[in-house]
Amino acid sequence: MNKETNTIVPPPDSIEKEYSTLNLGPTHPATHGIFQNVLKMDGEIIRDAVPTLGYIHRAFEKLAERRPYAQITPITDRLNYCSSPINNIGWHTAVEKLIKAEIPKRVDYLRVIIMELSRIADHIICNTIIGQDTGATTGFLYLFQWREHIYDIFESICGARLTTNICRIGGFDKEWDKKTWEHIDNFLNGFPKALTEFASLLERNRIFMDRTINCGPISAEMALSYSFTGPNLRAAGVDYDVRVAKPYSSYQDFDFIIPVGTQGDTYDRFMVRQQEMWESLSIIKQAIKNLPEGPPHADIPDFFLPPKEEVYNNMEALIYHFKIVMGETDIPKGEIYHCVEGGNGELGFYLISDGGRTPFRLHFRRPCFIYYQAYPEMIKGAMLSDAIITMSSMNVIAGELDA
Amino acid sequence: MEETLNKINESLNQKFPEAIVSAEVLYDFPVFTIKPEHIHDVLKFLKEEPEFNFHFLTDLTGMQTADEKQLGVIYHLHNMPKNSRVRLKTFFDINKPEIPTATDLYPAANWMERETYDFFGVKFKGHPNLKRILNVDEMDIFPLRKEYPLEDQTREDKDNAMFGR
Repeated sequence: MNKETNTIVPPPDSIEKEYSTLNLGPTHPATHGIFQNVLKMDGEIIRDAVPTLGYIHRAFEKLAERRPYAQITPITDRLNYCSSPINNIGWHTAVEKLIKAEIPKRVDYLRVIIMELSRIADHIICNTIIGQDTGATTGFLYLFQWREHIYDIFESICGARLTTNICRIGGFDKEWDKKTWEHIDNFLNGFPKALTEFASLLERNRIFMDRTINCGPISAEMALSYSFTGPNLRAAGVDYDVRVAKPYSSYQDFDFIIPVGTQGDTYDRFMVRQQEMWESLSIIKQAIKNLPEGPPHADIPDFFLPPKEEVYNNMEALIYHFKIVMGETDIPKGEIYHCVEGGNGELGFYLISDGGRTPFRLHFRRPCFIYYQAYPEMIKGAMLSDAIITMSSMNVIAGELDA
Repeated sequence: MEETLNKINESLNQKFPEAIVSAEVLYDFPVFTIKPEHIHDVLKFLKEEPEFNFHFLTDLTGMQTADEKQLGVIYHLHNMPKNSRVRLKTFFDINKPEIPTATDLYPAANWMERETYDFFGVKFKGHPNLKRILNVDEMDIFPLRKEYPLEDQTREDKDNAMFGR
């Protein structure tokens, strides 16, 4: 007993300081997917984190070595399943680059509409989930129905909602029907209002700002050295966007801004995504306004299925149909790297073709697999609840992480 | 593209004679094949030389050559301010798959090298934590090697002549 201060002073070395271990995941409602992190906790402060991954590994790269090119599209669906049309179209444009196909402007513009819609869907999920994890369920409920309307558009184009398998190598299987354009019109009329409403709920909300500013920050230098791409890199202040740096699918025709943040914290990531949704809306409007006339697919009979009535009545068409379906068309030998701006970063396809029916080697550059390794670095010293919103604001998708 | 290729080729030839096996443009990429013993020096040079400044590691992956005797590692580097990219490849014997790590230059290489080890068995010397990442730890094969075909080869109900080449 220290008599002056009236406190008990334990003898040195009598108390052992120990960290506790906490398993965050793999199936936890707050992690939104199969993520496991073994945390070393000092009270509620995280001292260290070791991510474990591979729970839903499905060997896509090995599967792709047995499949003809057209059959790889469904695999890409299951990478980032929040914005699968971007993955599908990324794969198609990669193959078109390999076979040096010339794609009509109309196809490019239609693809841009789909890709921007799915970017909005991806950002809706991520941003509303940040709201949800900070305790603001209202925004989640208001905005999530608009994702449903986007899926209605996909459904009327290709028949599927989540894993879309949209588009073909060379273009679209058919012209979009009236119903699709109606859906798009309804979306373009209604969504800005809903997004404004959502923005007014969170963007300048004192509680939300206090909760997210300075939460899980990353500097631009660190972000670059960890190969961040997409909204996460832009939130740190680097204006890198594949749509501008290496335009594909006629993105050079459109006028849009790349929003950037300054601190790379959760709030910046949230705001960058909010802003990107507005930019995507403007790109869609530009694409509809300037939509060129023409066929909805390229003239490449070796790769694009002929119309059904010709297959049944015409010898040539039947042969082409059979060759394409069996994967017997000649693919040039080559080696390409093609990248598109996915919902959460640069989605790359490194493809080696030896001229056979299947790729010799196909590697997906999966953005969140690469930037998720900075996660332990970002949450060290933070509270457990901050770690949760940092993860949801990084937009890590389990399907893409584990391939 | 040709310009970037020639520039890099010239400097590399000056700095590391004998390091380059081949230099070519494949589609829209300048591609260099480097001898494995020089790969780390070349990466370091391309990263730190202000003229090239390839500060961003876009991708790192492995492959196996068609004759199944060699493994390869492929690096995609990116210089964002100049918006130029380059691909480096290096090939080495499959029985001695050792190559220096790039984690000291690019922290992002950490998991990508683990993935490459996981699927091809490339041992990255100097890697801080080289163990499997997507597959289970107990796995004793390297699944993306061509010696492990995807389908069960003992199946007799399928005639390969009927299914593709």
